[in-house]
Amino acid sequence: MPIQVLMPALSPTMEKGNLAKWLKKEGETIKSGDVIAEIETDKATMEVEATDEGTLGKILIPEGTADVAVNTPIATILADGENAADLAKATAPAKQEKAAEYAPPAETRAEAPASKSGGGKEKKAPAAPQIVAEPDPEVPEGTEMVTMTIREALRDAMAEEMRRDADVFIMGEEVAEYQGAYKVTQGLLQEFGARRVIDTPITEHGFAGVGIGAAMAGLKPIVEFMTFNFAMQAMDQIINSAAKTLYMSGGQMGCSIVFRGPNGAAARVAAQHSQDYSAWYSQIPGLKVIAPFSAADYKGLLKAAIRDPNPVIFLENEVLYGHTGPVPKLDDYVIPIGKARVVRSGGHVTIVSWSNGMTYALKAAEELAKEGIEAELIDLRTLRPLDTDTVVASVKKTGRAVTVEEGWQQNGVGAEIAARIMEHAFDYLDAPVLRVSGKDVPMPYAANLEKLALPSAAEVVEAAKAVCYR
Amino acid sequence: MAVAKKSDVKEKGQDRGNGAPPEFTKEQELVALRAMLLIRRFEEKAGQLYGMGAIGGFCHLYIGQEAVVVGMQMALKMGDQVITGYRDHGHMLGTEMDPKGVLAELTGRHGGYSKGKGGSMHMFSKEKNFFGGHGIVGAQVPLGTGLAFANSYRGNDFVSLTYFGDGAANQGQVYESFNMAELWKLPVIYVIENNRYAMGTSVSRSSAQTDFSKRGISFNIPGEQVDGMDIRAVKAAGDKAIAWCRAGKGPYILEMQTYRYRGHSMSDPAKYRTREEVDKVRHDQDPIEQVRNRLLAAKMDEQELKAIDAEVRQIVNAAADFAQHDAEPDPSELYTDVYR
Ligand SMILES: Cc1ncc(C[n+]2csc(CCOP(=O)(O)OP(=O)(O)O)c2C)c(N)n1
Ligand SMILES: [Mg+2]
Repeated sequence: MPIQVLMPALSPTMEKGNLAKWLKKEGETIKSGDVIAEIETDKATMEVEATDEGTLGKILIPEGTADVAVNTPIATILADGENAADLAKATAPAKQEKAAEYAPPAETRAEAPASKSGGGKEKKAPAAPQIVAEPDPEVPEGTEMVTMTIREALRDAMAEEMRRDADVFIMGEEVAEYQGAYKVTQGLLQEFGARRVIDTPITEHGFAGVGIGAAMAGLKPIVEFMTFNFAMQAMDQIINSAAKTLYMSGGQMGCSIVFRGPNGAAARVAAQHSQDYSAWYSQIPGLKVIAPFSAADYKGLLKAAIRDPNPVIFLENEVLYGHTGPVPKLDDYVIPIGKARVVRSGGHVTIVSWSNGMTYALKAAEELAKEGIEAELIDLRTLRPLDTDTVVASVKKTGRAVTVEEGWQQNGVGAEIAARIMEHAFDYLDAPVLRVSGKDVPMPYAANLEKLALPSAAEVVEAAKAVCYR
Repeated sequence: MAVAKKSDVKEKGQDRGNGAPPEFTKEQELVALRAMLLIRRFEEKAGQLYGMGAIGGFCHLYIGQEAVVVGMQMALKMGDQVITGYRDHGHMLGTEMDPKGVLAELTGRHGGYSKGKGGSMHMFSKEKNFFGGHGIVGAQVPLGTGLAFANSYRGNDFVSLTYFGDGAANQGQVYESFNMAELWKLPVIYVIENNRYAMGTSVSRSSAQTDFSKRGISFNIPGEQVDGMDIRAVKAAGDKAIAWCRAGKGPYILEMQTYRYRGHSMSDPAKYRTREEVDKVRHDQDPIEQVRNRLLAAKMDEQELKAIDAEVRQIVNAAADFAQHDAEPDPSELYTDVYR
């Protein structure tokens, strides 16, 4: 029976793409493995390879067609001995009902390389939930805002600092020629050259140490980990060499270095590639730890991190890279490290989170408002030093608190916040602090289990209601 | 690709001289063909299912590298262990793990080898002595060395086949392992699958010493470069290395010169190499075509070859059917297997 070739997806979240080119003509013989067509999305081009043998019976979607939905039949392959008359009998390979609809924002898959297109051709990713409350004190009134993705905000921050200070350089796996495994370093090689944008071998322990040594000698490295999961290979250098040297040398010698990259869970990459290191690093004296949520904070805080004379762990989030947000158009937008931000005011319950945890917290706050509970929402932005004052001030007002994190509960950041609230605002508390977190298991691969393992807005709503005795 | 064939193993007196590997018997050719075809068709199906959204996350295909695993499998014996990285589907099929269980793991179903909890990169089979399936580049190298340590400790003559890539070969733990393995004369074969690229980085852009067979020199570990596209060369080199290990002489390094046809993982537009480069390898060196052509030259009936292909396709289709219709793991599985 003739077989239909379906429009393939480049990533689990791709819904449509363009059929750029047919490389085989109708009537041509096809062997399994032959490239028959090229498809493209705004992020990448990919070749469609035949998995069946025969002749290309009919092209159903002509080249140049835009926005072809995934799984649309694009051609029919005739098996040996079949001819055009058989075309009508074509069957598609059994279609897949999506196992579960865990749908993180459409995102460049990890390990997905950069397309050659410039930043301007960036994916129109869903905007992060709009933050309304509390104007940012850092931004003068009337400042023009530019909408950009978090990916672009990070790139701009690095480029600006590299223009400003010749000692700043970046190194890591695939940061230069490939333009970054997640496209964050796009264009940096072209602007700054191979001396300052350096592809390393896959040797995290080694290049982290090389970066730290270079920093001890006075340079200002930005070390990109393809993801923070791989920084575990470099843990000793980060903790023992970077964090402790200033102290051990009696203040003579430290290192100004930024370790950055995506942290936390991506989609369906399982236990070894989905872990939140917020708690790990924020336990270490000598390190500063930053984990922003909004595009503006990503930019302003990365610039601050690069300038900081200490080792800074800058935790990004893959799921957020494509999110857009307003970023102030200022020559030098630097946000002080160590200051939380109240992103929504409310008098009934304080919700504290950071990074992608804010996604759940914001959704929950909206839900709660519908039920008459006004949540005050705090984005910590920096995890070390932790802005205890802002949290405590809010709890003194609301008397209730819920923390939200993707990481595990035991010895987590939420546990630390709860302890500080107890120490500084015990008499103001009307209920025990509750923690919403990732479940106490390694991240499973299966779609349904992964969804269960992550925190959810519903869990935040439930916890907030519980502390409000509702 | 400069290929040195240094293997001097003689099998049934068929050494053809010039260092060329011994010919396979017809039976061996057929075993090789079928096993490699199974991997190829399986991987094509996996790619297709990924394109349809049935497989999530990362999915690293082994297409092009089939001769490495199959050749080594033909050289080892029951009880030898196998361990590798995340490009692991071929190794699992090679160790005769059930294609249904492997594919169902890729789709995250209950019937997968890890009950859907591990996915493409993390799969294991105690029964088949397959120790994973590891997502962290290089991590399997000390582990594989530890498998060999266990063999040595128990005094058996089993060998650990520890596979890793050209990129992984730059991780520090590889050299820590080399040192211990030689120091303690551990029976481990380090099979370096040099497919010329680590993601988008070619070997010459990442490696000071691009002859990976020499990476053990400072530890006194012997090594050789092998034409990893010619399954006979792989098998011959495997025989030699395994004999070395079983005789208690310590570790051995085999650099398999091979090539991956597909992208690093699924959405790799491959701007770091040309289509001509890929096509040339595929056309001139394809490991499966080499066997097929030899069989045809030896007057094997083309229909018989087609029958093998049909049988393999049927196995793969049955696996795909299972993998798509098997149930997802029960929600209660979220909390199982954390401890025992
Ligand atoms: C410690 C670590 N660093 C980085 C990665 C991301 N990564 C996954 S595969 C890969 C390339 C490895 O290339 P190679 O060892 O040549 O194996 P191949 O993919 O070619 O089979 C990289 C950088 C990882 N998984 N683990
Ligand atoms: Mg490689």
